[in-house]
Amino acid sequence: MTFALALEQLLNGLQLGVMLFLMAAGLTLIFGVMGLINLAHGSLYMVGAFACAVVAAWTGSFWIGLVASLACAAAAGAVVELLVIRKLYDRDHLDQVLATFALILMFSEGTRWLFGSFPLYLDIPPLLQGALPLPGGTEYPVYRLAIIAAGAVVAFGLYMLISRTRLGMRIRAGESDREMIGALGVDIRTLYTVVFALGAALAGLAGALVGALQSVQVGMGEPVLILAFVVIVIGGIGSIKGALLGALLVGVTDTMGRFLLPKILALFVPPAQAGMIGGAAASMLIYIVMALILAVKPRGLFPAAHA
Amino acid sequence: MKKLLAAATLALSVSTSGHAFAEPLKIGMITTLSGGGAGLGIDTRDGFMLAIKNSGNKDVTVVTEDDAQKPELAVQIADKMIQSNQVDILTGIVWSNLLMAVAPSAVAQGKFYVSTNAAPAALAGANCNKLYFNAAYQNDNLHEAMGEYANKSYKKMFILAPNYPAGKDSLTGFKRYYKGELASEVYTQVGQTDYAAEIAQMRASGADGIFVFLPGGMGIAFMKQFAQSGVKIPVMGPGFSFSQDVLPAIGDAALGAKASGQWAPDFDNEASKKFLADFQKEYGRLPSIYAVQAYDAAQLILSAAGKASVKDADAFGAELRKADIKSPRGKFTFNTNQHPIQDIYLTEVVKQNGVLTNKTVEKIFTDHKDAYAKDCKI
Repeated sequence: MTFALALEQLLNGLQLGVMLFLMAAGLTLIFGVMGLINLAHGSLYMVGAFACAVVAAWTGSFWIGLVASLACAAAAGAVVELLVIRKLYDRDHLDQVLATFALILMFSEGTRWLFGSFPLYLDIPPLLQGALPLPGGTEYPVYRLAIIAAGAVVAFGLYMLISRTRLGMRIRAGESDREMIGALGVDIRTLYTVVFALGAALAGLAGALVGALQSVQVGMGEPVLILAFVVIVIGGIGSIKGALLGALLVGVTDTMGRFLLPKILALFVPPAQAGMIGGAAASMLIYIVMALILAVKPRGLFPAAHA
Repeated sequence: MKKLLAAATLALSVSTSGHAFAEPLKIGMITTLSGGGAGLGIDTRDGFMLAIKNSGNKDVTVVTEDDAQKPELAVQIADKMIQSNQVDILTGIVWSNLLMAVAPSAVAQGKFYVSTNAAPAALAGANCNKLYFNAAYQNDNLHEAMGEYANKSYKKMFILAPNYPAGKDSLTGFKRYYKGELASEVYTQVGQTDYAAEIAQMRASGADGIFVFLPGGMGIAFMKQFAQSGVKIPVMGPGFSFSQDVLPAIGDAALGAKASGQWAPDFDNEASKKFLADFQKEYGRLPSIYAVQAYDAAQLILSAAGKASVKDADAFGAELRKADIKSPRGKFTFNTNQHPIQDIYLTEVVKQNGVLTNKTVEKIFTDHKDAYAKDCKI
């Protein structure tokens, strides 16, 4: 194994981690502030991807599509919060899971009804096409580097928002004591809608960014949702910092597992079997890591203070 | 009395003028209509229904349900169709892992299963069944053809498939004919959407050719990511990797990719031209190979039902085996294990009038049979 290959795989892991962070940040924010388990987060990711694909096809510009994905996902999030989620804050988690699961089905069928079952076409913008040379003589796709950069910008932006702004102060206050900030005269209902729309916009952004790399199709959100839940459980539910580190850990573990396990096994068994067993073991790896972390730290790496 | 007589003669004339069957026929179609694999299932359903519609036959009912690409759901639907809908024939499953969950138990309950796509090795050899027919191929076939093609100009191949029965059949089939060296043999997860880790290995492997079997959304994701990676190794695959259901979403990244198939839209025979025209008229898009396979499956069932009652399994099976149909593929006959004997072609992705499609390049195999038929004792 060469240095170049290892570096490329590390970048791949980072990129997957960053994408997961965009999903997990919204999920953990919504749980942290409102105590709500939102299974429909994957649907907002899908809404973002579809909005981007449709608008990009219509206007010919990926960038307008990207803006549209943020706007549509945030709007969908706000509408969902106003119509459905608002009724669920005082219910227990089982009711929330049932209601948001129903939302997944409605979003999926609604999208299928509007756009059909065939995947939509969404291409990477010309500016980010192609690959850049890396040290060690290999090349790396510009677009994936751009995703890593976008993730870093979002992580920094969220940090600034939460630690330096009035809205962030209210979000932190909401996390520690919901009733108290209501009693202090903060309009908690609007705050909830804003937080939900913010989380939705992040999911939509992730969907649009990834949609250009993968296929934009109905049901694309659910596999990512499962990984995002793994991330927030590892990171500590409600913690943005935990979501960031959890996401990077899951991204790098998953990529390196897929890459290294078959190679290690190939030292002991024939290559065809090593590929098969290694592939299967790699898909379990992140869950094993999650189980190990929970065994040592049952509330995740960075448990939120109030939980 | 006069009225009654008139009604009776009318009924008689209707039943003689149409292609009435010995007995009404009920077909249960289980296929993937939602999720990432939905494009495949929809083409399957549409191809099948086109043949039923073209026949103009009123004695056939088709019950369709979505399996969402989940084996446990497919099993439930099959039980329901057999027990409460009382279907005579099951068909439509796209994925081999789902087929393995449904077909063996369906045939054990005395129902026919006519496969429109999935064709795992396990049901083609020693465990073949006289009620199980495959109208598509045997899973290995298209991959075998690519192995044969790769021998021509490639010395070191990197091969990749998802880790499920058809993925294993795929790479087994490829290796059965490919004589050169293997750079690496990689199995990915079913439904995987990010192939960065695998593409990095391709880059570092020193391979001179890449063979991928990634049906549906998996192939779209792979081809788009591969095009961006800067890796310049030629990619090839079985027809599914570049079939009509995924080409529009892959875009120009697919141009020039070589694949194998039993049919392409440019086939020059009457049945193919009629099928292509009818399909485009009915659904407003180009059909994929899944649609052709399902179209032929429906034609097979209709041809047998015209001559024998489905309740008489031996007679109906014998009629199916004759394969008395006009397939868009041209030649079509059944081998002893009730899987097709057919020609397999090399195709290339081209752009015609702004639409990406497959063009036939050359014939790879003539009258190709699968490797398992010899173990089948029917």
